[in-house]
Amino acid sequence: MVLSCKNVRKTFGEHVILDDLSLDVDEHEVVALIGASGSGKSTLLRCVNLLEQVDDGTIHLDGDEITDPRADPDRVRQKIGLVFQSYNLFPHMTVLDNITLAPVRVHKKSPAEAKAQAMQWLERVGLAAKAGAYPDRLSGGQQQRVAIVRALVNQPRLLLLDEVTSALDPELVGEVLTMIRDLKGDGTTMVLATHEMGFARQVADRVAFLDGGRVLEQGPPSQVLGDPVEARTRQFLARIIEAGRL
Amino acid sequence: MTYAPSERRLDRIAYRRRQAIRSVLLAALSTAAVGTLLTVAVTGAPGWERVKTSFFDFPTARKYLPQILDGLWLNLRLLVVCATLAMALGLLVAVLRTLRGPVAFPVRAIATGYTYSFRGLPLIIVIYLFAFGIPGLRLQGIPSVLVLGAAAIIITYGAYLAEVFRAGIESVHPSQIAAARSLGLGYRQTMRHVVLPQAVRRVAPPLLNDTVALQKDVGLISLAGPIDAIRAAQIGVAQDANFTPYVVAGVLFMLLALPLIAVTDWVTLRAARRQNAGS
Repeated sequence: MVLSCKNVRKTFGEHVILDDLSLDVDEHEVVALIGASGSGKSTLLRCVNLLEQVDDGTIHLDGDEITDPRADPDRVRQKIGLVFQSYNLFPHMTVLDNITLAPVRVHKKSPAEAKAQAMQWLERVGLAAKAGAYPDRLSGGQQQRVAIVRALVNQPRLLLLDEVTSALDPELVGEVLTMIRDLKGDGTTMVLATHEMGFARQVADRVAFLDGGRVLEQGPPSQVLGDPVEARTRQFLARIIEAGRL
Repeated sequence: MTYAPSERRLDRIAYRRRQAIRSVLLAALSTAAVGTLLTVAVTGAPGWERVKTSFFDFPTARKYLPQILDGLWLNLRLLVVCATLAMALGLLVAVLRTLRGPVAFPVRAIATGYTYSFRGLPLIIVIYLFAFGIPGLRLQGIPSVLVLGAAAIIITYGAYLAEVFRAGIESVHPSQIAAARSLGLGYRQTMRHVVLPQAVRRVAPPLLNDTVALQKDVGLISLAGPIDAIRAAQIGVAQDANFTPYVVAGVLFMLLALPLIAVTDWVTLRAARRQNAGS
């Protein structure tokens, strides 16, 4: 098991965001988190990456407890890739520098090696020509693909994707989703928070529906999205269908 | 199909051209009017002849120009040294103020106390305290008043620049820090590679603006004794009982500032343009 969250609780002041949440992710598994805005999808991903501290419960990565205050957050994050909704590329660096920053500074690779590896990735996702460009010269879809590459070059054990297509124009969503589909083919272990139900159905091995800060229902996409057990899940999906997103 | 401008378009172009010519003429006319008015007001003043001989006397200006230029060379060197060190000090203090954790508390407290007190203290008083107070201690190895005066300027300006840098650091969006940390970069690496480069770029215009102010304020070193442009002018004034050397020094300071002001404007413009271009 790569990731194991047990009884995780997270509050912001009075707001209980995660409430006794448990979720396991196996190696090579792709888990899609769905649920309304504010259901805790992003917060869970940020807790896993230690950008937020959990109030209670434990999170294990490869069997090691990462919520132990004695664990070094920098070491933990080196094993986890996180991609944000708003890309968060570094605007003062070229695409290539964005990608090679962590390999050179954190993983102590030689600049030449890091560059070669980055170029390989850029070739693969069709962005080699943009290596020397600054992020503001790229479309949203291109920026997001660079952000995914930036997370992947560190060969993380786990890739977290936080609504990575939500900020994109509809016609740019496809290129990012295609890339994620390819990553699944590579066997990358992924947890993705998403509003793209159609995509979750195609790419996820398991869909987890978050409601009220816990996993209310989880299972194969066909079951959770097609024949949900819980009334809340049905309600949520009905609203999604109404909005024309499924 | 080839495009041929319509009647309507030609008409618009012609109208705009007429309007442009009209505004140029109007601007020339009003400038001439204001200029004449000012000249008449100044040269027609009852005391103009006396002011002219005691402030704008050409022979006196030529007589003291070499000494003042010599002094200005000192100002220029002081400016370079003070600007460099004040920026380094400001950057250091700004970074120290962002440190977290209980161990860093005294460092943070000292940095905060420093920016608060030295932004409030008048530079003149700091120069007096440094240049006359510190030698008064009669310790071994106390540097010259020139060095002490420069230190006063550096420490005072460092406090302003620290606040400018801090504003820049705080203007970098937290999501940038989250992105850097999520890649496994530590706090220092995040500061060095992600936050500071963006912060410094963003505050370049106000930093340069403070450097222009510093350019004038290095002249205050004359209060401590060293013969800079202002002190040289003062000596001339005292010798000939004529204020022209001050005017000469003033004009030289202004000329010295021009390139720096031009660079500041250019950087500001470029920053504004880049901000409008991006998203």
